[in-house]
Amino acid sequence: MNKFAKQLFPFLSLIFIISLWTFLEPDRFLSVQNFMNVLRRSSANGIMAAGMTFIIITAGIDLSVGSMLSLSAIIGSVVMLMLSGASWVQVSTGEMINMGVFPMIIGTFAGIAFGALCGFANGMMITRLKLAPFIVTLGSMSIFRGFSYLTNGAKPIAVHTYTWLDNGTIAGIPSAVLLFVIVLLSMGYLLKYTPFGRYTYAIGSNENTAFHVGINVNKVKVWIYTITGALVGLAAMITTARSSSAQPTAGLSLELDIIAAVIIGGCSPNGGKGTMTGTLIGTLLISFLRNGLNLLDISSNVQLVVIGLIIIFAVTADQIATKHNNG
Amino acid sequence: MSDNNIILRMEHISKSFGPVHALSDVSFQVRKGAVHALCGENGAGKSTLMKILSGVHTPDSGTIEIDGSPCVFDGPADAIQKGVSMLYQELELADYLTVYENVFLGSEILSNKLIHKVDTAEEIARTKKLIDQYHFRIDPTAMISSLTPGECQIVELLKALMRKVSIIVMDEPTSSLSESEAQTLFQIINELRTQGIAVIYISHRLEEVMELADDISVLRDGVVVHSAPRKDLTMDEIVRHMVGQRINDYYPARLTTPGEVRFKAENISCEAAGVSGVSFEVKRGEIVGMAGLVGAGRSETASAIFGILPKLTGRCWLDGKELTIRCPSDAIRQGIALLTEDRKRTGLCLGLPCSWNITLPNYGKIGMDKKLQLAKEHQLCSEYGNELKLKWSEPDAPANSLSGGNQQKILLARWLMANSDFLIFDEPTRGIDVGAKKEIYNLLNQLSAEGKAILVISSELPEIFGICDRILVMRRGKLAGCLNTKETTQAEVIHIAAIEQDNINS
Repeated sequence: MNKFAKQLFPFLSLIFIISLWTFLEPDRFLSVQNFMNVLRRSSANGIMAAGMTFIIITAGIDLSVGSMLSLSAIIGSVVMLMLSGASWVQVSTGEMINMGVFPMIIGTFAGIAFGALCGFANGMMITRLKLAPFIVTLGSMSIFRGFSYLTNGAKPIAVHTYTWLDNGTIAGIPSAVLLFVIVLLSMGYLLKYTPFGRYTYAIGSNENTAFHVGINVNKVKVWIYTITGALVGLAAMITTARSSSAQPTAGLSLELDIIAAVIIGGCSPNGGKGTMTGTLIGTLLISFLRNGLNLLDISSNVQLVVIGLIIIFAVTADQIATKHNNG
Repeated sequence: MSDNNIILRMEHISKSFGPVHALSDVSFQVRKGAVHALCGENGAGKSTLMKILSGVHTPDSGTIEIDGSPCVFDGPADAIQKGVSMLYQELELADYLTVYENVFLGSEILSNKLIHKVDTAEEIARTKKLIDQYHFRIDPTAMISSLTPGECQIVELLKALMRKVSIIVMDEPTSSLSESEAQTLFQIINELRTQGIAVIYISHRLEEVMELADDISVLRDGVVVHSAPRKDLTMDEIVRHMVGQRINDYYPARLTTPGEVRFKAENISCEAAGVSGVSFEVKRGEIVGMAGLVGAGRSETASAIFGILPKLTGRCWLDGKELTIRCPSDAIRQGIALLTEDRKRTGLCLGLPCSWNITLPNYGKIGMDKKLQLAKEHQLCSEYGNELKLKWSEPDAPANSLSGGNQQKILLARWLMANSDFLIFDEPTRGIDVGAKKEIYNLLNQLSAEGKAILVISSELPEIFGICDRILVMRRGKLAGCLNTKETTQAEVIHIAAIEQDNINS
């Protein structure tokens, strides 16, 4: 019953937000077009949140996802431009380059691989140097962002013909939404139906115990940060396709939305708790919230305040529920 | 003992925790300026009695009188107020403050009340005065982190003395001290005695007790069985009182005859934990007990074998095959199980479902190393639960919703499922009730009948004598003796574990 109630709380909040916007802005909010738009907009965040769910279940955190996204996008874009025969000057000045399908595919995978590498570096520093994830990713957040600006003197890198990941469709479904669904399903499977998922929970619940029952704690953690990095790389390429350019300022304070989605979805920052369904609900909640506030012409500055309040509210509610459960 | 000479009088103290009678009708008196040793095995009630004296526990019945006036303690602060001070095993000092800052922590002397300015000079002077009065050797301005464990204990004492104590309780004060530091502590205790302060001294090391104490009380099973001046007692008599005459039908009859050697450890050493050169064998169907005082290196030996602590030297064999163990997963894969002594810290993931806790190291064993089958997992765990008479609302209930005994059964279920060949049980019955204890003994017996090799580490001697075929005794990181249960006595084991005797060769 309690388990059910815990899933219920974010779900009801989502219903509440949707009902509220339906009531306030029925015409513009309640359309297939708008809903599809929200889904497309939430796909990149949802893909990253799926990885962040694993990290937060191990009682870790990754603050570097935003700047990792920007740097992976830049690397992926540069690779596809270079493979299409562009010179560095052409890349740097944003000249229109016609790219072939093959370089675009390789570039996409390069972005994903680079994200994985960034995540791997985070994971190695956390496990080998025995540093707190908060500290390591605070540092790498700054390092990745620095390199993003350094690559092209703080100018964006244009990939004019790279759009498919955003506006392409398969059987009428936008490709980004499809990727979102695939990632969520497979990460949900990994978490719920494999030993790896159980090890993730065990590490977050009691790392000492996890070690004593023979779990290779460091290896699992490095994998989790690496997978999250790869997903950030994928999200980076989706974001790049949306604006046909890789922006060095992309993903600024993005970690807020990602971590918020995961926490609102019921993950405990103390570890050992959380589900992929929760993360999906959390992601949608934030997306619909932002969508409605946009429709009502409420500034993004106010949105920051609202999301911040919701994080604190969600964690407080969770703690009260936990206390109630134990008492 | 004339009445006006008695500083502490505890009369008819009883205390139960649920169905467990920790203390029944205990009366206990301490003379002014005397060192009173409290002896007894683990679980005899020493700690409970001292926690009542220091206001941590409230007795169910009974009275406490200090210096002739009756006292009711409502929390530790009351006890301190009345002049009772407890020196804990784990020291509670602020590492990055100085000696005098620690001594006055929470009761600083202020030179200016308005801005809360601390009168440093006055604090140092008073600390210095106290140090001189008791002939301690310690610099009042030294940083705690730069002090040895022995010196830290002096700081704890200074804190107590600054509050004008009349009774100091010391619980195993020498367990973290070197030989020479212990000697210094004994001098300090003598100094306290001459200044009229009563010391209640708890120690498993009987030679210390004989050296220090003026009076000795022996507790057994929550009752004071003997109380006398030291000069009227010998060490052997103390041991006899500690052990008493026990009924042993509580333990299942050992029917298995040990077979060939299954597990063999040779020269296990672990520098970090002070274990050196431990060698032993466990045969098929045999239960071997490991006895010794707290800190003798029993759990550390098990940890070294299991790959938790790094081994300096040592080789292990299982069924004739040499094992390479670098981490717990190596050990588990090669057929070793370790039920750790601290089920909350290293045994369970308390917030996760019971069933997850059971299957965690066993996915390969139950054919789920690629994909979990939740329904099958649920059913398997239910089966183990039924077999062990586990009381849970359902296998998916979180582990922290269960009682201690049932949590222990989850760990048993885990290692039963692992189907290991050599099982190490570290304090398998700690903190659980009598009924569950008996079930665990039966289970150990049954496992040995199936041909497993079992090592039981326990601080409860009756338990070791009740269920083990052979007994290994550890002392100060070394194997000090290996005895056949049928040919030895509890007194002999305590002798080997607690009394330095250089002529014992294992």
